[in-house]
Amino acid sequence: MSELTTLSLTTAMQGLEKGDFSAVELTQAFVDTIEASNGALNAYVVQTPEQALSMAADSDARRKSGQAGRLDGAPIGVKDLYCTKGVRTTACSNILGEFTPTYESTVTQNLWDAGAVMLGKLNMDEFAMGSSNETSRFGPPSNPWRRGGSNAALTAGGSSGGSATAVAADLCLAATASDTGGSIRQPAAFTGTVGIKPTYGRASRWGMVAFASSLDQAGPIAKSVTDAALLTEIMCSHDDKDSTSLNVETPDWVSEVEKGVKGMKIGVPKEYRVDGMPQEIEDLWQQGIDWLKAMGAEIVDVSLPHTKYALPAYYIVAPAEASSNLARYDGMRYGAREDGDGLIGTYEGTRGEGFGAEVQRRLMIGTYVLSSGYYDAYYLRAQKVRTRILQDFQIVFQDVDALLTPTCPSAAFAYGEKTDDPVQMYLNDIFTVTANLAGLPGISVPAGVDNDGLPLGLQVIGKALDEAACFRVAGAIENAAGFAAKPEKWW
Amino acid sequence: MSVTKDDVRKVARLSRIAVPEDKLETLAGELSGIMGGIEQLNEVDIEGVAPMTSVVEATLPMRDDVVTDGNIQDQVLANAPKSDEGFFVVPKAVE
Repeated sequence: MSELTTLSLTTAMQGLEKGDFSAVELTQAFVDTIEASNGALNAYVVQTPEQALSMAADSDARRKSGQAGRLDGAPIGVKDLYCTKGVRTTACSNILGEFTPTYESTVTQNLWDAGAVMLGKLNMDEFAMGSSNETSRFGPPSNPWRRGGSNAALTAGGSSGGSATAVAADLCLAATASDTGGSIRQPAAFTGTVGIKPTYGRASRWGMVAFASSLDQAGPIAKSVTDAALLTEIMCSHDDKDSTSLNVETPDWVSEVEKGVKGMKIGVPKEYRVDGMPQEIEDLWQQGIDWLKAMGAEIVDVSLPHTKYALPAYYIVAPAEASSNLARYDGMRYGAREDGDGLIGTYEGTRGEGFGAEVQRRLMIGTYVLSSGYYDAYYLRAQKVRTRILQDFQIVFQDVDALLTPTCPSAAFAYGEKTDDPVQMYLNDIFTVTANLAGLPGISVPAGVDNDGLPLGLQVIGKALDEAACFRVAGAIENAAGFAAKPEKWW
Repeated sequence: MSVTKDDVRKVARLSRIAVPEDKLETLAGELSGIMGGIEQLNEVDIEGVAPMTSVVEATLPMRDDVVTDGNIQDQVLANAPKSDEGFFVVPKAVE
């Protein structure tokens, strides 16, 4: 029944509703596919087939008694950043050892409350710090996509590389992910999938392993814009357990996807035309502009003058907040402990052994910029630059409804290509990080392929709380692009 | 901005991360590279600009000062590297 795994979330839900197949049959198809494919793809770091089949059986019973939820029976993969009760959660870091939460994150609880089925935990960069998933303690996943005529393993992006791989290779109907600087949108772009980071505060951060609390936001990676809209509706909620969770209604986003862009004003920011960007990405961007124009949108050239300061600001704010957040990993109350000389020696040994090189690097940057006498010069200045970046957007959004940009400055790259120089790796986030700093919603939608046949994504950034515009524009691009390419199966 | 070996040693200590002596030099180079990129923020005019707090105007909510959970000692200790008789076991902290 492997054809069941190729369904979109929306069509699978229709099939379940009509009784074409049961949740158990659907789940079994995924369990079998994961068992056959995960060795090559390394998308899942924990598989939970028994739990999945038991949840599916419960779902079938609910459907029989007419109590099915909106995701009832839908097999979903969960990024290893979400605490899942009774299922090991390590954010792919050695320092969390065999940590097994005794509670459930709000976002995943929302999914289970809607009837979804958990297939397992998905690979990611350690503590979500990375753009290639190479910092995972479990090794990286393999992008199902490869360059035409080449066997070289490509990154599925990061940090949500496992989520993107699993969705692109049909190892789940859809997956949860999280985005601090682009960790949903960049992997989505690299794998021909759809990923959205909602407005900061839309989804609860409770039970998500923290990286940079003022930037972290939950969102899905899915096979279509409609699937993404459905999942985002379920994942978002107000939550008393997260003081930054917004007390706002979650609108009906699914119905936005097919509304079209007629009469919308779409801004094209000139600062996103960066030196050294491949011509194919320029061309795809222009193609996107032409599509939107043809569908009745008005295109407006706009300027976001502080764009170039986004990455440097990010590389102060994110490490600073990480150095505070990750102070909790001291080997005393949970996770791995490395005994050393006395208490301090044990702390240092635990953290020296438990954190990987990239996490250590960022923690040291964070500690440095927060150390005595430097707070004002670095963190406070960066937070003020964030305000400038947000003001740029606010000015532009007085005139336009949404912005169109490429998602990334390149297609998926090979492992090892960018690991030598951390700064080169950081440049991957250049188009995505602005939405995190300003707290705005951003969606990546697959729009074409490059000369090697690799997928490329376009990004739509919306006003605060206006995910609706993101879904409308992304839905229009999806229709126009008719992106139907699938990776050739080598695994 | 150049980060020296001594800076790295100090920051590693503050971060409570054991960094072997032979890695300090490499790290100093990497951190210098990252800090170098950060310096361009000095060009931005931030006169009279408030630090970013939230994109959507929101005040921090207050909750009633009441106990909302408890009696979960076994859950609290469930992931402890070492525990005994309902306590975390940690290295001696006071001589």
